[in-house]
Amino acid sequence: MISIENYILLTIISPLLVSILTPFLSNNVFLRDLIGPLGGIFSSWGAIEIARSVLNGTQPSIEIFQIAEGLTINFNITPLGAIFGIVASFLWVFAAIYSVGYMRGNKEKNQTRFFSFYAVAIHAALCIAYSGNLLTLFIFYEILTFSTYPLITHKQDEVAKKAGRIYMTILVGSSILLLLPAIIWVWVTTGTLEMSQNGILSGKLDPKYAPYLLMMFVFGIGKAAVIPLHSWLPAAMVAPTPVSALLHAVAVVKAGVFTMLIVLTNVFGIQYLADTGSSRWLIGLACITLISTSIIAIFKDDLKARLAYSTISQLSYITLGGALASSYAAQGAALHIVTHAAGKITLFFVAGAIYVGAHISKISELNGQGKSMPFIFLAFFIASLSIIGVPPMGGSWSKLFLMMGAVESDYLFVIIVLCISTILNVYYLMEIPARAFFSKKNKNIDIKIPNLMIIPTMITCLFTIILFFYIEPFKNLTLLMVGK
Amino acid sequence: MIDIFINNLPILIVTVPLMMSLFVVLVTNSHLSFLLTLATTFITFLIAILLYQEVQSYSSISYALGNWLPPLGIEYVIDHVSIIPIIIISGIGFLATLFAYKIMPSELSDSSISKTYGLWLLAISGLIGLVTTGDAFNLFVFLEISSLASVALVAMGAKQDRQALIAAYNYLIIGAVGATFYVIGVGLLYAITGTLNLADITSKLALMEDNRALIAGFGFMVVGIMIKAAVFPLHIWLPRAYAYAPSAVSILLAATATKASLYILARILFSVFLPSENIVSFTLTYIILPLSVFAMFAGTIMAIYEKDIKRLLAHSSIAQIGYITLAFSIGTKSSVAAGFIHMSNHALIKGGLFMAITSISYYIQKRVTIENLSGLGKAMPITFCCFIICSLSLAGLPLTAGFVSKLYLIKSAISSEGLWLSFMILFSSALSLIYLWKMIEALWLSPLNKQDIKIKEKPVIYTSLLLITFLNIYFGLDASLIVNSSFNASNLLLGINK
Repeated sequence: MISIENYILLTIISPLLVSILTPFLSNNVFLRDLIGPLGGIFSSWGAIEIARSVLNGTQPSIEIFQIAEGLTINFNITPLGAIFGIVASFLWVFAAIYSVGYMRGNKEKNQTRFFSFYAVAIHAALCIAYSGNLLTLFIFYEILTFSTYPLITHKQDEVAKKAGRIYMTILVGSSILLLLPAIIWVWVTTGTLEMSQNGILSGKLDPKYAPYLLMMFVFGIGKAAVIPLHSWLPAAMVAPTPVSALLHAVAVVKAGVFTMLIVLTNVFGIQYLADTGSSRWLIGLACITLISTSIIAIFKDDLKARLAYSTISQLSYITLGGALASSYAAQGAALHIVTHAAGKITLFFVAGAIYVGAHISKISELNGQGKSMPFIFLAFFIASLSIIGVPPMGGSWSKLFLMMGAVESDYLFVIIVLCISTILNVYYLMEIPARAFFSKKNKNIDIKIPNLMIIPTMITCLFTIILFFYIEPFKNLTLLMVGK
Repeated sequence: MIDIFINNLPILIVTVPLMMSLFVVLVTNSHLSFLLTLATTFITFLIAILLYQEVQSYSSISYALGNWLPPLGIEYVIDHVSIIPIIIISGIGFLATLFAYKIMPSELSDSSISKTYGLWLLAISGLIGLVTTGDAFNLFVFLEISSLASVALVAMGAKQDRQALIAAYNYLIIGAVGATFYVIGVGLLYAITGTLNLADITSKLALMEDNRALIAGFGFMVVGIMIKAAVFPLHIWLPRAYAYAPSAVSILLAATATKASLYILARILFSVFLPSENIVSFTLTYIILPLSVFAMFAGTIMAIYEKDIKRLLAHSSIAQIGYITLAFSIGTKSSVAAGFIHMSNHALIKGGLFMAITSISYYIQKRVTIENLSGLGKAMPITFCCFIICSLSLAGLPLTAGFVSKLYLIKSAISSEGLWLSFMILFSSALSLIYLWKMIEALWLSPLNKQDIKIKEKPVIYTSLLLITFLNIYFGLDASLIVNSSFNASNLLLGINK
């Protein structure tokens, strides 16, 4: 019987081990590419066991070491952390397989370096998920930023250099200038960095300062891509598609909204937010982000850019869910981390497959290509339905809960915003399969997509459907999160 | 026998390098002189560690020179405060010597190497003497010894670039002005208190009302030391001196020289003039605090526009000195502790960065500018990694030593001065990422020059670089040693009541 502490270690150390071993296996390509998915399997095994134990009502924790008095690196698994842990580790398995197919199919250089940093990023994301205090959270937040820099600048050309600059400026700048002092402010007022389920600020921080502290957190967490900090995400799309798929649809951005949610629920506390109303402005900001980026997405012809803007808009659903300060909305936000991850990773997988197989990256060039790659576009169609929130797809649950949350907290205009956004989703996502299947083909292209790319795409696509029927465990975790 | 050795440790740590420096000059063989220097710095470091352990158990060691008891005789004091710069100077001195082995011959003619090592030891001995002595006039003597030795060391760079002579001349003149100011201050204090022992001055000042001689003496002393510590805007000697000195010398000076003066500044402000609280708190709030904020920005901005890397790092040192004086100027226990934490960490960071840049210039046989860095990350991965880690540590990113100092600095700023000051600190540290990133980008993304492809990294060069980088990470992960000794220091300096 493996103890729960060891499962935590298993989950977070597997990716680290993968990243350390990869450079040593650079001569044996088969083995090097095998350990990625293998590490993913071990990691998700641990993550599932942890989630099961959390479901049984425990709160597993483990202290790694102490930097100085009062500054410890420790892991303490919250229900939300367990959810994010499963999402990041589980999808890594498929993203790892897919990236092997992509890197080989596209004949990319420096593959060893790529796989190594890829695993470090996953490690950092998992550590964020399980972090027990704000210090641990901040440390791995920064590691995640820095470990993705070599991935974004993978091509090492001028475009990559520019994108890398935007990426680093926004993410590092915001975290150093706002997130760090916000964390230290909490430290000074409460005397602790440990988070707790009902928040730690109530009774400690004068409510009139709460909106400012929240503002520092919201604009400090650049990874959550709230306007005006969103422009790093489209810039990051110069990276190879597996990076965009796992990191910029799942690990990095979800780490951002996860941080946002955990700050809202476990630092401020839903009750404190509802009582003081300090998150009211954030509802407005999230709605603006949500609508405006959806509109921008319509006008993007580059497939990955459109998906990037769609991601920004979807992230704001999660921020919105936290800001509404009601338990249904928080549940919806947590569920959206899961359902959006499955949908968006599929969409990016498809974009990468089209790029490798047909060298198309523009939507206007997709006309009539549906017949030559039917499965790929079918996957895109199904995943789009999930993002839009049509039953029987997983995405319908999170939207339902968000709307219930809007009713519960009496912000009815949020429902209208969600409806408008859904319509916009339909508009910019459905255009792609529609063009592929119903438009006339304007050129013939030889299409060769490696199986290593098609299979993971199909599997993640299946998840979007499975999640509709099998949402129960996740829902129970979110119930634990809001303390019901 | 051992007893004699143990009892005399406080003087041995000064005299061992002092005596050896005279000896090393006489040795003509450059290898032998290196080995002697290395052995001496190692022994000095060992003595420093022994002293550290003694301080842990006795808290303060007072040593009467020649058995002339203080306040008449000269007293050496080693306590929780002075042990920090002692460890920094002797430790970095040893690492820098280890690193200098191949670097010195590549920049200096064979005949001048042993002279340089002689001056090197003299500078180390002067700096250690500066921080151990408890006597105001003796402090002046060591101030001069260390400055003159450093000036001569800077001038040794003339073989590479004649500008070193100008740099040395500037350093000499401005340094002499600083030392003179200091000694005028000491003279004034001597006139009103009749003693030169620092602790005794404090007790005499406690019986006295604030008077003009005291204020003038205080002013002269503080300004004199601020010149030596390169506190903005008295820093003009520093960039040139660091940039044109022989590379190994830059490492030693950048990591240690200003630290000793900063320590003296803290000692004068918080312990010597403890009774004249009004003057001190006025100086801290209205003079040192604004100057430190200016220093943080001026240094960083000058560094952003600088192309020559050694000068760039020198400008960044000015900003970092600003952080330390800022921490002192807040004047609470935790902020002074933060100042000491950053003092130790900055020595590690700047030492590491200068070592990395020096190794790069050794490999490419050119002065290092942004253009010359192009693509070298691929040709020298180990140096590159060390450079990145030290840079991140300078910018204060997590898991490095620099993060710990920034954390404590901001915490103390928020809890006493509110948010605005911590925004200033963070803003300037975010700006510092700009110049660091410029270098990292050049190393990592720019194309590699053809003649640089054949470069092979040598273990002789990167051993000490790896060591100091390791320390940067180690003290980022387990900072309790530095944090605890810094808090001990600030508790002793500020007393129980603050």
